[in-house]
Formats: sequence, C-alpha cells, structure tokens
Amino acid sequence: MSSISQNAEVARADRLIERHEKDNTTIFGFWVYLMTDCVLFASLFATFAVLRNNTFGGPSGATLFSLPYVLVETLSLLTSSFTCGLALVSAQARRKTQTIIWFIITFALGLTFLSLELSEFHKFVVMGDSWRRSGFLSAYFTLVGTHGLHISIGLLWMAVMIVFIYKRGINKLTMKRIRMLSMFWHFLDVVWIFIFTIVYLFGALHA
Amino acid sequence: MSEQTKSVKVLVSLHQPEQTNLKNYIIGFIASLALTLIAYFITQYHTSGGRTLLFWALSVLALSQFLIQLFFFLHVGREFPPRYKLMITSFMILVVLILVGGSLWIMHSLDGRVMPTTQQMIKYMNSQDNL
Repeated sequence: MSSISQNAEVARADRLIERHEKDNTTIFGFWVYLMTDCVLFASLFATFAVLRNNTFGGPSGATLFSLPYVLVETLSLLTSSFTCGLALVSAQARRKTQTIIWFIITFALGLTFLSLELSEFHKFVVMGDSWRRSGFLSAYFTLVGTHGLHISIGLLWMAVMIVFIYKRGINKLTMKRIRMLSMFWHFLDVVWIFIFTIVYLFGALHA
Repeated sequence: MSEQTKSVKVLVSLHQPEQTNLKNYIIGFIASLALTLIAYFITQYHTSGGRTLLFWALSVLALSQFLIQLFFFLHVGREFPPRYKLMITSFMILVVLILVGGSLWIMHSLDGRVMPTTQQMIKYMNSQDNL
C-alpha cells in the first residue's frame, strides 16, 4: 500500500474518531444523568421500606394490591422495553419505516402501562386510600408516582421522536437521540423490576 | 499490511458505535419474561410458611433480572476499555447500597431505641395525670 493512501486512511480515521467521540460524550453524559436519577429512586425506595408497615389502621399492601393486575402492567412495560430495543436495532440498520413502527408499538405499550397505573391510583383515591391515609400510602404514591412521571416524560419524548424521525429520516443526529431515548426507556423498566418486587411482591408476602 | 494500517484498522473498529444486535435483545427479553413469571407465580401460590425463603428467592430473581437487563438492554460491560460506563454504574450501585442500607439500618436502630411499644405508651399516659 502506498504511503499516500495510508495517510488518507489515517486522516479519515481521525475524522471518524473525533466525530464519534463527540457523540459518545453526549451519550455518556446522559448515562451519568440516569445514574444520578438512581439516587432519587433509591431515596424513595428507602423511604418506602421504612414506612411500609406504618398503615395507621388503613389497608396494607396485601389487601390493596391485585397481583394479576400488576402482572399485566409489568408485562406491558417489559414488552415495551423489548420493542424499544428492536426500534434501536432497526435504526442502526437505517430502516426508517421499521424504526417508526417499533416506536409506535413501544408508545402504545407504554401508554397501556400508564393508563393501567393511573386507573389503579384513581381506584385507590376513590376508595379513600389516597396518600393522605397513611405513611405507607404516602410513600407508595410518591415512589410509584415518580416512576409514572418519568414514564409520562418518556412517552412525550417518544412522540416527538417519532415525528422527528418521520421528518428527518435516520442520520447521525437522530441516531444519537434514538440511542439516548432507548437508554432512558430501558432504565425505567429496570427501576420497575424493583418496584414490582419490593412494593408489590414483598407487599403480598406481608399478608 | 503495514503496522500503521493495522493500527488504524484497530482504532476505527474501537470507535464504531457499540453495535446492538437482535439476538441479545431476544435473549434479554425471554430471560426477563421467565424471571418475572417465576417471581409472580411463586408469590401468588405460596403457602403461609417459608416466607423468609420466599423473600430471598424474590430478591435473587430481581437482582438477576436487573443484571440481565443491564447487560442485554443497556449494554453495560460490553464496551471497549476504558469502561467508563461500567465504572460509573458500579459506583451508582455502591451509592444506592449505602443510601438504602444505611437508611434502613439507622431507622431500624432508632425504632428499637426510641419507639415505645403500645403497652409502654399506655403505662406512660396513665402515669401522667394531666394527659
């Protein structure tokens, strides 16, 4: 190989590396944000764990929660996390329509999860078991509500992202954002594993 | 192939965005699904005994699902060195353990030290004439 083509190759590699490192820094920064978000959830989990038995004569988790209902919620969120991964795989293969379809499915599953959660909250409040009832319920609504708020923000972001991909196609900029959105969505599913186990399953054990 | 070309090729391959592949997502999804369903069914159909065992089983199931999703969905630990993502994730886990473990330890200890039992409370209230 001649030295000219070698130098051209070195220059090309340099450009590639520089551009890629800039994108990677943004994505890494977003990961750092997600990790600090864990501290917020950890404090809420600690609060919940401390207050879980302080029902003040009100209902405990075992009497309040319906496990089959929560299982449906969990499965829809888990499946949405998977379809979000499929959207990322399609985006990396530069398949625009396929990416949009997977994101729409993810959005629909996420919306299903959110409406199930909100109707559960509504049911509790109507029965008089709102956050005012006891320390346990305050901690429950704060923890699960904060997760639900994250889900709502994620859904808003996803709706914007779908329009963005539709208008601009898949390029370096959209790709970067798709990667961050998928990280955010998978992260919310990871947090839900612990809500499912600690709030709902452990709650059923304390019957 | 000269040494230079070879090192350029290695550098380029190191800086490709981490390629995700379909297979990993499918493995992660099936494993998570299985762990969720196992956790659900052992809780739903548990007998009144063996709660401590069930508690530990559920904890192990949740932790395995956490690690599986971290690896297969969030690609932690699959990057090339230096593994900054893995480092910051491990640090996060440490912070969370200190925060949650520490809070529970302190609150439990306080509970034992200063929270009176109902009997103690009634005795105290009876001893105070103006209460």
